[in-house]
Amino acid sequence: MKKIQNAAKLYLHYVSVNIRCAMQYKASLLLTIMGQLLVSFSTFLGIHFMFMRFHSVKGYSYQEVIACFAIVLLQFSIAEMFARGFDMFSGIVRKGEFDRVLLRPRGLILQVLGAKFEITRVGRMLQAIVIFLYAFSHGVVDWTAMRVLTLLIMLVSGALLFAALFLIYASLCFFTLEGLEFMNVLTDGGREYGKYPIDVYGKRLLQFSTYAVPYALVQYYPLQYLLGRSGNVLYMLCPLGVGIFLLAAYGLWRVGLRHYTSCGS
Amino acid sequence: MKKYMAFFRLRFLMGLQYRAAALAGIVTQFFWGAMNILMYHAFYESDPSAFPMTMEATATYIWLQQALLMLFAAWMIEHEIFDDILSGNVAYTLCRPVSVYDMWFFRSMANRLSRAVLRCAPILLTAVFLPKGYGMSLPASWLHFALFLLTGVLGFLVTVAFFMLVYALTFYTISPNGLRILISSVVEFFAGAVIPLPFFPDRVREVFELLPFAAMQNVPLRVYSASMSGGEMTRAIALQVFWLITLVFAGKLLIGMALRRMSVQGG
Repeated sequence: MKKIQNAAKLYLHYVSVNIRCAMQYKASLLLTIMGQLLVSFSTFLGIHFMFMRFHSVKGYSYQEVIACFAIVLLQFSIAEMFARGFDMFSGIVRKGEFDRVLLRPRGLILQVLGAKFEITRVGRMLQAIVIFLYAFSHGVVDWTAMRVLTLLIMLVSGALLFAALFLIYASLCFFTLEGLEFMNVLTDGGREYGKYPIDVYGKRLLQFSTYAVPYALVQYYPLQYLLGRSGNVLYMLCPLGVGIFLLAAYGLWRVGLRHYTSCGS
Repeated sequence: MKKYMAFFRLRFLMGLQYRAAALAGIVTQFFWGAMNILMYHAFYESDPSAFPMTMEATATYIWLQQALLMLFAAWMIEHEIFDDILSGNVAYTLCRPVSVYDMWFFRSMANRLSRAVLRCAPILLTAVFLPKGYGMSLPASWLHFALFLLTGVLGFLVTVAFFMLVYALTFYTISPNGLRILISSVVEFFAGAVIPLPFFPDRVREVFELLPFAAMQNVPLRVYSASMSGGEMTRAIALQVFWLITLVFAGKLLIGMALRRMSVQGG
């Protein structure tokens, strides 16, 4: 217990250093937050204008789609805020900084996570929350205690799924030194195309994102329960499957770690 | 002109060296295109009558857009030019008997073109063989193909000319990073990279089509699949020429002004 407390304290310290560091360049920070916000805002406008022409897609209404968009955006922003250190891991390995990390008597993952706390994502999170509230104020969800729980599970498990993808991306750096660009298809692609419920893209993609990279477990299935399209409680519990994916990602990290040879410098 | 061509060739050949990056790019673009087409199909199924273009034209638009992404992408900004301006290395360029504007213009062209050349063929070749409605169709006629080439070149030049303005602005700001993200997301949206302009409501589209952003990828991609009428095409080409001249003129003016008041510290 003491150990966990200690680790949490250290992590909070990392976070505070990161925030104070970003605050040194206030104008730049503000512009970056604005820019980040605009990127996802233009995606939102894309959905908005599509729905001015079409009134539903695969039976989903405008409010249902933007609720889905907001949830995925929030999942991704939370993951990026906390786990961006993995995203920048190739730099840490290539510069030889990982040797320093290995020497310290602390958990490796804790240190890598602490290396970067991305405060600039608050703009996106705020935007997601506003869209979210707008969608829900139009009565998309018939709130019950179970549905509130579903929403919370979705947010946590979704953030964990994206964090697991970042972890895989980082683990591959042990073998390649370079970050593998095709991984962006899985991370950014997951965010970009998660804006619509996955069954919009067809059955085969739904299967892929159920069994291969489990996006559907944190988006499509619990969404069915949240929107009241299905009363099956199993759909609500689907996100727990992400735990298996996370374990696999962690396994890859351990394998990579054993494989690590410093590249000097 | 000869020296700029030599410089262009050099940069172009340099750009061709990045083959691994191109391979990753092809995978990404292929996935992006496929997902977009699946998405438009879902909308098409829910209400075919509300579709502003045919499904084949939409699929063609998307594949061409992905294949030629590097020519028109708003985030393809030259980091080297930014670094040169920020670090003061631009002083070396100023010492040479060349125009800074022309030099950078040719450099951007070469970089974009070399990347596009490496990526476009595999994407186009695969897209042509996909089933109808998912794949790319051939141009509507030889005339449309010729006009596609013409508007493509014009759109490419407008894109490069627009980003010359961004480089010029960098002389005036200290933190170009935020500015860069801001500008590129605005450009992408108005240019029809997020959703093609015909999908916007007519009133909005009519305004968007007058902006310089519509003179970039929007025109060639729509001309190719014949989703513009003859009158619309003439007007679009005239607007492209107008914007190209205006942007080049504005860019030369801005860079000229920036250089006059520029001071490089030490080194």
